[in-house]
Amino acid sequence: MAYLKDLLLGFSLFQALPISVIYILTAAICAVVAIAAIAVVALVAVWFERKISAHMQCRLGPMYVGWHGVLQTAADGVKLFVKEDIIPATADKLLFILAPGIVFVGAMLSWVVIPLGPKMAATDLNIAVLYLLATSSVVAIGIIMAGWASHNKWSLYGSMRGAAQFLSYEIPTALFIIPPVLLAGSLRLGTIVDEQAGGFLGMGNWYVWNPFCLISFICYYVSTLAETNRIPFDLPESESELVSGFHVEYSGIRFSFFFMAEYADMFIVSALGVLLFLGGWHGPFGINHAFIYIAKVCALLFVTIWLRWTLPRLRIDQLMATCWKFLIPLGLINILGASFWMILTGKV
Amino acid sequence: MITPAQPKPLQGEPLVVHMGPQHPSTHGVLRVELHTDGEVVERAIPNIGYLHRCKEKIGESIGYDAYVPYTDRMDYLAAMNNNWTWAMCVEKLAEIEVPERAEYIRVFVGELNRIASHLVAVGTYGLDLGAFTPFLHAFREREMTLDILEELSGGRLCFGYVRIGGVAEDMTARAMDMTRRFLKQFRAKLDSFNELLSFNHIFIKRTANIGALSGEQAIAYGITGPMLRASGVDWDLRRDEPYSIYNRFEFDIPVGQGLKGQVGDNWDRYWIRIREMYESTRILEQVIDGFPEGSHMGKVPAVLRPPKDAEVYVRTECPRGELAFYMISDGSKVPFRLKARGPSFCNLSVFEELTRDMLIADVVATLGTFDVVMGEVDR
Repeated sequence: MAYLKDLLLGFSLFQALPISVIYILTAAICAVVAIAAIAVVALVAVWFERKISAHMQCRLGPMYVGWHGVLQTAADGVKLFVKEDIIPATADKLLFILAPGIVFVGAMLSWVVIPLGPKMAATDLNIAVLYLLATSSVVAIGIIMAGWASHNKWSLYGSMRGAAQFLSYEIPTALFIIPPVLLAGSLRLGTIVDEQAGGFLGMGNWYVWNPFCLISFICYYVSTLAETNRIPFDLPESESELVSGFHVEYSGIRFSFFFMAEYADMFIVSALGVLLFLGGWHGPFGINHAFIYIAKVCALLFVTIWLRWTLPRLRIDQLMATCWKFLIPLGLINILGASFWMILTGKV
Repeated sequence: MITPAQPKPLQGEPLVVHMGPQHPSTHGVLRVELHTDGEVVERAIPNIGYLHRCKEKIGESIGYDAYVPYTDRMDYLAAMNNNWTWAMCVEKLAEIEVPERAEYIRVFVGELNRIASHLVAVGTYGLDLGAFTPFLHAFREREMTLDILEELSGGRLCFGYVRIGGVAEDMTARAMDMTRRFLKQFRAKLDSFNELLSFNHIFIKRTANIGALSGEQAIAYGITGPMLRASGVDWDLRRDEPYSIYNRFEFDIPVGQGLKGQVGDNWDRYWIRIREMYESTRILEQVIDGFPEGSHMGKVPAVLRPPKDAEVYVRTECPRGELAFYMISDGSKVPFRLKARGPSFCNLSVFEELTRDMLIADVVATLGTFDVVMGEVDR
């Protein structure tokens, strides 16, 4: 944002304006970019997912709208926009209307710190990692609200499962983020990425090569699958048991908010994984570019989609046992290990 | 003196949720009444009857020939086997001889349809547990079996192919070729299916030791077919009460061994169907190697009038269990009394007992292994 502000002040036209207007203007530009980014990410990721799943299942997937169906998601979006807005008669109307907004805002808030490339974040917050953990919890509130307000037993089950799952998996996610933060000595994403520059072939300093960070990376990835509500952890939705879980009563534009938020969240957790463990925009042989960063994020997204179309779903007790009996103890031991590693290698 | 009413201890009441008749995992129009306490289902009561079409009464008012397409629509995933059971029943009632070639074709289509039916069972079971891809892989293989059956009968779901006295059309060389091609690759495809789903760690965790049905319980409830065999009871009509020409072929009867957990658990019930598909390919290989020449249709009188007071009960091993027809003739063109004993209906009777105090997800997973076809439960 500071960069953008300086850019604007470079024009004589803007120099005449009071500084507060400049701040509001830059914030507005960032907000528009964030919303556009979510829309584009959702469009591309949905197409990506449809095509990958189709080819895994000996199908072609969307083929008619645009080249190999690239515009299919846009067409579906238009369809969702023009659909009738249905609110169930017995629903709690206020909460029902608010819930998709809150889920969407939760996803959007994260874009304040998630960069799209070097120096391309709205703001490089000095507590960015902490901020991301906080904003990702907002989604849980929206999901509980949606399930409760729908006045449907299935969605109530979905939201109760969602509440248990999201709150539980916040903890391991946070625990596994700590080792790279310890190594970098900062919560600022820019600093964490810069610490990973250089090394063997320009990739040697990525935190993922550190044994404790490797464990962290794998477990962080597993926890985020649960955070973003994806198979094998898609219990709040679980189509075959709870029909569609928390959003069973939602249709049209409200449904599309949940849908977009899911894909935006997927992008955010993949991006965070890349920033924390895979060197961000630092590519091989010292090449730094936004495209390298986006390519890495897409690779992680691919793995997420690949898992979804391969694995069956866990049961609620198994999901909870994985979190409390395995991931959290491992996370604590892992932090201890990473701390000893730092002492032994003389980083402290 | 008036004693004040004792306050009742605080206790909630179960939340009753209706799973079905429109629900993705009830495999048709079954409605299950779930009495739940949180995620735990205290009782799951199956409610049936949404697809009742008076099949038995219709049978008592139309001719023996005309009833063949009605049997298609009982267990629509194994229409050939249903046709076949009906044809066998009428042939026994009216003492009609079936030529040898027709018997071969019947075994051929029966076993192919068994594979097609089991592929739906295992594929949709993956779907019940949230695995989408195995479902489409199973349907890809099923497509090939349906192509062969289409080549013979012209139909893809309800065939009406096995007729009284034989089969409707003769076997073709093209169908034989298609079968050889299908058999050549089917086992390898099943092996890869096993890698994808059957031995998946999460899949085993979800299914092993859940919903175990003991052998005694299974017999007490009149369970038949793969469900009975999965519970460790070695009983298959094709071997123990051989009908048609099954005694000429060599095949094994897979029995549940509790490979990943208890005998008769969900994984066993799933696995028995995979193994039966391997056995069916063995039978099919023997059938296409030994096809005799001859006619595909026996001598059937133009108007069927079975002897008066003839009474038969014929049962066969369908993909879901024993399908049986009980019939009394009064010498007219229609049966005096017709009763069908459907395997899905009898198997479903143990559902409530088996799912007591289970989690919601396990109720769905257990129902999947029953592999019920509602068309045949309600009839």
